[in-house]
Amino acid sequence: MAKAITDRDGNHYFLDQTEVNQIKYVCELVRKDILETLHFVGRGHSGPSLSIVEILVTLYFKELRINPEDPKWSDRDRFILSKGHGAVGYYAVLAQRGLIPREELKTFETLGTRLQGSVDSIWLPWVELTTGSLGQGLSVSLGIALGAKRLGNDIRSYCLLGDGETQEGNVWEAAMAAAKFEQDNLLAIVDWNGLQGGVTLEVMPSLEPFLPKWEAFGWHAIEVPGNDVEALLNAYHEARHVKGKPTVIVARTTKGKGVSYMENKVEWHSGKVTDELYEQAASEINARLEALSDYSVLK
Amino acid sequence: MEWQKSSLREALGKTLLELGGKVPNMLVINADLRNSVKSIYFMNEYPERTIEVGIAEQNMIGVAVGLSMMGFIPFAVTFARFASKRAADQISLSVDYCRSNVRIVGAYAGIFAGAQGASQQMIDDTAALRSMPNMTVIDTADVHEIRAVLHYAVEHEGPLYIRIGRDMWPVIFDENYEFRFGKGTWLREGGDVVLLNSGVLLPYALEAADVLSAEGIDAGVINMPTVKPIDVDLINDVARNVGAIVTLENHNILGGFGGAVAEVLVENYPVPMERIGIRDEYSESAPNDDLAERHELTAPHVAAAARRALKRKHKLAL
Repeated sequence: MAKAITDRDGNHYFLDQTEVNQIKYVCELVRKDILETLHFVGRGHSGPSLSIVEILVTLYFKELRINPEDPKWSDRDRFILSKGHGAVGYYAVLAQRGLIPREELKTFETLGTRLQGSVDSIWLPWVELTTGSLGQGLSVSLGIALGAKRLGNDIRSYCLLGDGETQEGNVWEAAMAAAKFEQDNLLAIVDWNGLQGGVTLEVMPSLEPFLPKWEAFGWHAIEVPGNDVEALLNAYHEARHVKGKPTVIVARTTKGKGVSYMENKVEWHSGKVTDELYEQAASEINARLEALSDYSVLK
Repeated sequence: MEWQKSSLREALGKTLLELGGKVPNMLVINADLRNSVKSIYFMNEYPERTIEVGIAEQNMIGVAVGLSMMGFIPFAVTFARFASKRAADQISLSVDYCRSNVRIVGAYAGIFAGAQGASQQMIDDTAALRSMPNMTVIDTADVHEIRAVLHYAVEHEGPLYIRIGRDMWPVIFDENYEFRFGKGTWLREGGDVVLLNSGVLLPYALEAADVLSAEGIDAGVINMPTVKPIDVDLINDVARNVGAIVTLENHNILGGFGGAVAEVLVENYPVPMERIGIRDEYSESAPNDDLAERHELTAPHVAAAARRALKRKHKLAL
């Protein structure tokens, strides 16, 4: 059933199934580009890119206030991909959004490319901050949020972290300070795919119970199925209406989402996509695109 | 020699306060040590432009980066040990690699840290930050140089690290002191040997020059606050025209100012050079004078180093 929510500019609208399907269609196009890129280049972080497709597509197509003509437009919302190794997924979303040429994806991780292995603000103007040394993004997002409020600007600051990344102490330093500063223009999203770098989170020092940790630090915490477009859009809407504290969305995603042999497989944090594996993945994605073909109109 | 003395950290605090009145978009970020480093003066006058992150230096640096991206001029101010290597990776990637306009002020730099011992001293911050490709590193000698360097810092483009001491310390310069970015300055001409100083050991250099002069040795003194980018031209001039150098720094002799000078010499005019500084060891709790003596930083030791350099120079000339 359609539910009334507001967009980033405060306009009310009904999120109906048609629109949700249109966004899902874009997500599958992004997945296809990710696979094509990994196959073409012969390496890259597949799992950490596939898990965040719905998060990035909903952000870049529905949530973030950006100017497609000007990556440095002063009033833009700021997004930091703190888990910088989700780079392929990020570039594929930029390409589908028309912010970089799709052809450029083939240059990923080659000499002189703007598409560095971890997202890089020196090379690509759409990137706010070079990341990949994990745990640093949220502090910078907090600084941006503080700066925006000082300027009296309604810019919002968004930060996407990996679940394993929150083992870094720097994340919790930022979390503590953000709550103290009542930074309600700051939204953290944690890609909780349950795997990290080749192992499951269970073998690590425990992060659970995860939501109560953020709540104890003074945050408003929302848990959503992280590959669910509608749930993500509703969560963004909710976060924008929380006053006096920052919000975290714990997005319970599936690592390697959308490629059956990669899903929830620790060995697919990264790896080589052979011709055969590429064909299999492409046929799975094509089948979903075919099923959603009535919705291929989203601009 | 009896010097008039003035507090280095007071100079830091008062200059931040002074700049606050001139630079509306300047912010000071504290990590709990506002009373020690005297940024409390700024905080008392401009509480709305002070950000206190607590004992969390990694977050301090990240927040400073974010604020700089929004057009503010953030000064992250705490002890040199915590301001530099406690957040070294944040400084490396978010500040240095990203060329963020963040000013990091490391107070209590070197071994003169209020007799608080090795954990509050910092002898390897220049070494760590100097090797970051976009970083500028400046050391300061007295209250007037501190003031001038902090004024310069507002205008600086890109990552900047400033070393500042703590205690009552000899006043060398006066109100007319002008900081020249990237340049060394002759304080005393001399043709036999040159004492190249960066930071608070400057009075020892000047005293040593007097000692040497009494022996008939013509010792020059150059003050070189900018450790990076180092004044290559002046170092080459000194090497070519004088041919014997002693460096002075309140830092490990490995990787710091002496290292920077040696790098220039070895690629251009490899002349005899001696280093005054902490000789690759940790220090301890003690009054400053005792520490200076223990680490052989004072004028007699500087003069001895100058004689050694001169002797090597004469050997070369034979």
